[in-house]
Amino acid sequence: MSSDTILEMRAITKAFFGVAAVEDVNLVVKRGEIHAICGENGAGKSTLMKVLSGVHPHGSYSGEIIFDGEPVTFGSIADSERAGIVIIHQELALSPYLSIAENLFLRHERKSKFGLIDWNRTNKEAQDLMERVGLVENPTTLVSQIGVGKQQLVEIAKALFRDVKLLILDEPTAALNDNDSEHLLNLIRNLKAQGITCIMISHKLSEIVAIADTTTVIRDGKTIETLDMRDPASTQEKLIRLMVGRDLEHRYPERESHIADEVFRVENWSVAHPTQPGRLVVNDASFNVRAGEVVGIAGLMGAGRTELAMSIFGKSYGRFLHGKIYIHGKDVQLNSVSDAINVGLAYATEDRKRYGLNLTEDVRINICAAGLPKLTSFGWINANEELKVAERYRDDMRIKTPSVLYPVSNLSGGNQQKVVLSKWLFTTPDVLILDEPTRGIDVGAKFEIYTLINQMVSEGKAVVVISSELPELLGVCDRIYTLSFGKITGQLPVSEATQENLMELMTLELEKETSNA
Amino acid sequence: MPELNPAPLGGAAKLLDTKGGGMVATIVRLLGNNLRQSGILVAFIAVSFAFSVLNKAFLSPTNLTNIILQYSYVLILAIGMLLVIVAGQIDLSVGSQLGLTGALAAVLIVRVGVPWWVAVLCALGVGLLCGAWQGFWVAVVGIPGFIVSLGGMLLFRGLTYITLNNISLTIPSTPDSQGPPYVKIANGFSKGLIGGDSFDFFTVLVFVLAGVGFAFSEWRTRVGQLRYNQEVAPLPVFITKVALVFAVVVWFGWRISQDRGLPYILIILAVFIMVYSTVTQRTAFGRHVYAIGGNLLAAQLSGIKVKWTQFWVFVNMGFMCAVAGVVYSARMSSAQPSAGNGFELDAIAACFIGGASTLGGIGRIGGAMIGGLIMAVLNNGMQLMGIQESIRQVVKGLVLLIAVAFDLVVKRRAGAK
Repeated sequence: MSSDTILEMRAITKAFFGVAAVEDVNLVVKRGEIHAICGENGAGKSTLMKVLSGVHPHGSYSGEIIFDGEPVTFGSIADSERAGIVIIHQELALSPYLSIAENLFLRHERKSKFGLIDWNRTNKEAQDLMERVGLVENPTTLVSQIGVGKQQLVEIAKALFRDVKLLILDEPTAALNDNDSEHLLNLIRNLKAQGITCIMISHKLSEIVAIADTTTVIRDGKTIETLDMRDPASTQEKLIRLMVGRDLEHRYPERESHIADEVFRVENWSVAHPTQPGRLVVNDASFNVRAGEVVGIAGLMGAGRTELAMSIFGKSYGRFLHGKIYIHGKDVQLNSVSDAINVGLAYATEDRKRYGLNLTEDVRINICAAGLPKLTSFGWINANEELKVAERYRDDMRIKTPSVLYPVSNLSGGNQQKVVLSKWLFTTPDVLILDEPTRGIDVGAKFEIYTLINQMVSEGKAVVVISSELPELLGVCDRIYTLSFGKITGQLPVSEATQENLMELMTLELEKETSNA
Repeated sequence: MPELNPAPLGGAAKLLDTKGGGMVATIVRLLGNNLRQSGILVAFIAVSFAFSVLNKAFLSPTNLTNIILQYSYVLILAIGMLLVIVAGQIDLSVGSQLGLTGALAAVLIVRVGVPWWVAVLCALGVGLLCGAWQGFWVAVVGIPGFIVSLGGMLLFRGLTYITLNNISLTIPSTPDSQGPPYVKIANGFSKGLIGGDSFDFFTVLVFVLAGVGFAFSEWRTRVGQLRYNQEVAPLPVFITKVALVFAVVVWFGWRISQDRGLPYILIILAVFIMVYSTVTQRTAFGRHVYAIGGNLLAAQLSGIKVKWTQFWVFVNMGFMCAVAGVVYSARMSSAQPSAGNGFELDAIAACFIGGASTLGGIGRIGGAMIGGLIMAVLNNGMQLMGIQESIRQVVKGLVLLIAVAFDLVVKRRAGAK
C-alpha cells in the first residue's frame, strides 16, 4: 500500500474522566523522516504518543491507527513493540543495577543450549549494538554508573535490537548537556539514513528547526498544523506563534492592582541537583514580589520552576549552594519548612496528590495540616475550633463537599486544589507561591482559583504563580519572570508581555553559562 | 476571608444531598462509612458467640478473667505497634525488648534486691532507651524500621540472654521479699473493697461507671456533631447502640465480679487504651503520625517535623514493650531468656486485623484492640475445645489473611465507585 506513509493516526480522541486530552487529532508520518511534535505542556503530545504505543490500550480511545499499511489495535506496550514501535520516555526505563548488556537483552536473554545465560554471547552482541549508537563503554558496566546521555543511548540501542521501525523520543535532550545533545541528534540523523522513522517530542525549538523534516504542532489537544521544515517560512517564530496562538477567550476575573512595598526578595539563588552535584538546577536566580502583586514565573517543564520554589521553601529540594532571601527587607535563613511557614511563606505544590494532600484523611484534617499549631495548645488539638476553621474555609472557598469530614480523595481536582489553598491560607502567609495552581482542573474551577488569587492580593498578600500556561499568566499576573534551564532569562510587566515574547525567553538557551557551570 | 465574588459554577454545583433517605438507608450508609471497623466488630461478636455455643465454659467468669490475664501484654504491645504502623513503619523487635525489660526487672528484684517499684521504673527506663536506639537509626540515619528492628530483634534478645546468664529466673513468692507485690501487677485483683455477696460489688460498680462514662462521651460527641451540622445516626439507632454497649459492659463486669474480682491489669490496660486513643485522635503529635504515614512528602512540606515524630514513635514503642515486659514476667512469676519470642507477630497481626493499613496512615487503637481480642478469643476458645496448637496456628494465620483480604476488597470497591 502507501509505501511512503508509515503511520497514520486518524481522528484520535482520548478523554480522562470526561475531559478530552486529545480531540480529533490526525497525524501522518512519512517513512524515513524525522517528525517533530511540539506544543505547550498539557497540549496532549504525551497522551497522543501513549495512545500510539499502547499505554492507553485500544478501546480506551476513539479513532484509527494505521501502521505500515495495516490498521492496528495495540493492547499494551508489548503489542506495539512487536509491531516495531518503540517509545523512549523522558524518565528512562532502565534497571539501574543491571549492566548495559543485561538491560539491552532484558526479556530476550541470550541463552545457551541449557537455558542458562550465555555471557560471552550477551556481551559480544551488546558490544555490536553499542557500536551502532556510538556508545563507548564496557557492556558489563552498571547502568547506574553511566550518565543520562549514555543511558539514553542504551535505550536507543535496545530499540535497535528490537528491530524498531518507528522510534518515538519524548524530550530526548531535556536532561542532556550540549555535547550529549549534539551526539544524540547526530545519531538520530544516522538512524534516519538507516531507514528508521523517528518521532521526536521536543521543547527545544532550535533543535526542531535543525533536525526535523516535518513538524506537527498540537495545541489544546488538537492538531493545529503540520509544517514542512524545508520551507524557509517554517521558523522558530512561526512555531511559537502556532504553539500559543489560541484564542484568548478564557475569561479572567478583573482586578485593579494596588501594589505596595516589596515583601519578598530572592537573590542569586543557586541549587544543585540532589544526587548530581555538578548539575545546576537553579542557576543564580533573583526575583522579588511586592504586597498586592501577582508575579508569574513562566517556564517549560524541566526549567527548574518547582525546584526553585521548593528549594526556597525551607530547602526542600536539592543541594543549596548560595543565595539570600529577604522578607520585608530582612535577611532570613529558612532551613526547614516550619521556618518558612513562620516567616509567612506558603507554597502550594504542583502535584497535589503527591506533595499536597494526605489522601487517607478527610477535608478538615487536610485544611488544618499546615496551620495545626494555631489550633493546638500544649499539644492538644481543639477539635471544635478545628471543625469551625474547616467549615469557614469550606464556605469561603466554596469547596464542594458533602461534609468537611468527607475523604479528600473523593473530591474533584478543583475542589482538592481549594483544600490545598485553604490549608495555606490558614497559616496566614504574606507570600504565597502557587505552583501550577490550575493544572488538571476544569475551566469553571480555574476561574474560581483566579478569583481567589485576586482575593489574596486585594488583602495585601504577595502571590507568585508558577505556570507553563502563558494565557493564564497573562490573565492573572502583574509582572512575569521567565525561567529557562534554571536561569531567569527575563522579566516583563504584563502590559509588555505577549505569549510570543515570553515563549521566546522561555526557550532561550544560555548555552555558555549552562555548559560551563 | 470576606465574601468572594460570585463565581460561575459548572453543572455539578449542586451539593450531594446528605440528609435524604430513610432511617435504614442512613444506618446502611453509616455502617458503610465504617465498614472495616464494624466488620471487625461483627466478626468478633460472631466468633465469641460461636464459642459460647460450642463450649459452656467459654463465657464463665473464670475464663473471661483468664482471657484478660493471658492476652493483656499482647494488647499493650499492639497499642505501641499501632502508632508504629500508622507512621508507615514496622517494629520486629518488640518481643526481644519485652524479654530484655522483663529480665532486667526480675534480676533487679531477685539478685539485687531492690524494691519492686524501682525494678519497674528501671525496666521502663531501659525500654525508653531501646526505643531511642531504634528511633535514632530510623529517624536520624534513615534506615527502614524493618531493618533496624530486625537488628534490634537479635540485639535485644542477645542482651536478654546476657542479663539472665542464659537461665530462667524465678521470682520468689516468699512473703517478705519483693516478689509478691511485683507478681501482683499481672495476677492481682481488687476484691471485697465494698463487699457484695457471691460477687464483688466494687467490680460491678466500676463497670457501671465505665458504661455511664461511655454513654456520656458518646452523647457529648453527638451534641457536638449536631452543633456543627454533621450527619449523625438517628436518635433511636443512637440509643440502641449506646444501650447495647452499656449492657455488654455491665454484663461483662457482672460476670468477672463472680470470679476473683477486678484484675489490676485490666485497670492498667483500660488507662492505656484511653490515653492512647486520646493521643492518636486529639493531640498534634497523633495527627502528625497519621500525616506522615498518609503522605510523607506532603507532611514534610506542611512543616511537620518528620524525623522528630518518627523518633518518638519508636521511643514510645520501647516504653510499651517495657510495660508489657513487666506484665509478662509478673504474670509468669519468672523471667525466661526466650520470653516474648514471636509476640511482635501477634502485635502486628492485631493491628492489621483491626484495620490498620500496611501502607501507613490508617488505623485506630480501638480497631487494634478488637483485632487483638479476636486472636485472643480464637486462641482461648480453641484451647477450651481441646484443639491442638498446630491447628490453632493454621486458623490464626487464615484469619489474618482473610481480614486483610477483606480490607482490600472493601477498598477496591470504594475506589471503583
